[in-house]
Amino acid sequence: MIRAENLRHVYKSSAGDRVALDGVSFSINDGEFVAIIGTNGSGKSTLAKHFNALLLPTSGKIFVDGLDTSDEKNLWHVRQNVGMVFQNPDSEIVAAIVDDDVAFGLENLGIEPKKIRERVDLALDDVNMSDYKKFAPSKLSGGQKQRIAIAGVIAMRTKIIVFDEPTAMLDPQGRREILQMVKRLHAQGLTIIYITHFMEEAAQAQRVLVMESGRIVRDGTPREVFTDVREITRLGFDVPVAVQIANRLRRRGFKLPKKILTADELAEALQ
Amino acid sequence: MISVKDVSYTYMTGTPFEKVALKNISFDAADGEVLAITGHTGSGKSTLIQLVAGLIKLTSGTVEIDDLPVADKKNRRSVGIVFQYPEHQLFEETVERDIAFGPRNFGLSDAEISARVDEAMRQVGLDAGLKKSSPFELSGGQRRRVAIAGILALKPKYLILDEPTAGLDPLAKENLLREIFGDVKKSGVTIILVSHNMDDVARFANRVIVLAQGGILFVGTPRELFARDEILSRAGLEPPPVTKLLRTLGITSTALTPDEAEKIILRTFGHDK
Repeated sequence: MIRAENLRHVYKSSAGDRVALDGVSFSINDGEFVAIIGTNGSGKSTLAKHFNALLLPTSGKIFVDGLDTSDEKNLWHVRQNVGMVFQNPDSEIVAAIVDDDVAFGLENLGIEPKKIRERVDLALDDVNMSDYKKFAPSKLSGGQKQRIAIAGVIAMRTKIIVFDEPTAMLDPQGRREILQMVKRLHAQGLTIIYITHFMEEAAQAQRVLVMESGRIVRDGTPREVFTDVREITRLGFDVPVAVQIANRLRRRGFKLPKKILTADELAEALQ
Repeated sequence: MISVKDVSYTYMTGTPFEKVALKNISFDAADGEVLAITGHTGSGKSTLIQLVAGLIKLTSGTVEIDDLPVADKKNRRSVGIVFQYPEHQLFEETVERDIAFGPRNFGLSDAEISARVDEAMRQVGLDAGLKKSSPFELSGGQRRRVAIAGILALKPKYLILDEPTAGLDPLAKENLLREIFGDVKKSGVTIILVSHNMDDVARFANRVIVLAQGGILFVGTPRELFARDEILSRAGLEPPPVTKLLRTLGITSTALTPDEAEKIILRTFGHDK
């Protein structure tokens, strides 16, 4: 479980201080799939970097499995429990051959070579990249590279994986692949924290946290968050197309159930 | 006019890594049009735009800009290209100096440079008060605008934009699209838009080229494209969300905007509301 208590983060620079997180409190349970959305500069990525102690709070606390991330003796345990996948796969890949790259984190843990090989094989299998084991990562597509980065995290067997806009640089096919993978990892019991600008991806989560100016301004199911058209528009997000069309039809006198979120639901209501 | 004829391109010819990137590509881009180029990763889009911009040398076929070969001296300033994540290339201390960098290299007078910086900033919706700011203090959307303004300040007749809104949040994305297809387009520039986003293609492109495995799979209007599901799925693309919604409702007509979708649904379901 992750728990944040009145978390604040201030970036200090000669040009002046910038408050990136301004008193954030929430908890995420084991096995949850939580999406975090928010405009650029709302504090999403700063928050993500607190989950595995890449950044430490300026004030307030964040606990992973009850362990305070700002206590140095907890660092090892925290990092072994929280894996991170970032936006740009090119900046995450370190080795010249795929299976070396996936093994990188494990080698640093001092695990014996035979076990490493087993774990790497399983992880590559998990992301459907076993056929590419001996490839150079530079020869892979963006979506494939991102899957290699995910395999590296899977091999570490962390309980929690934080994805910070993993599909921002991918084409539609790459995006679909990654989202499927994320859903599968969630089904296997992992806790997923998924930061994105794509509303249709956030709609797949169980819960959506909405950030604005360093605060969490909404916390609810995708249905609660995305059918609140006025709030979503105010925040500068796209209203899902089924929600938009359902509203237009209601204005035309159609009697439709409240809170239609998907095209399938609209189709059912219209039959 | 840009005229591309029988262009093929192979990387690392004669080595074990030989890879055909483009085969027999021909198309025109008329003055003042918005031509979209789409297709999934590895389909040849990047190679094609670099050939059109004269950044890689043609090995087979021809690219002509205003009836002269792309490599002709006269064409050196014709095509401006904005790469993906162009803000990674910002480097100057102030917004003004960054935008002025290209025009200065052209040897223009200070007065002309300053006029061009002002105009480019206005076109992309950057507040003039930001001139003296460091580009690195700006938001992601503003940095992207500075990078685009740097290309506009060169006054290219043809502007190639490679995924100009990738990675921006929905609001920043919408604002940027409005600037590009409003003020920038009004200046008369011809735009080649490389995009995976079929919603953007539907809203802004006059014509769209779909590339797959280095070849042209389709050329036509967005409306024609979205009526052909088989082309989209072969190219690994998805129809715009409004058209996808209509398909789920069992409607085969194509809509490019929510307004059109509403009308089509009313016509289909209106009788039994």
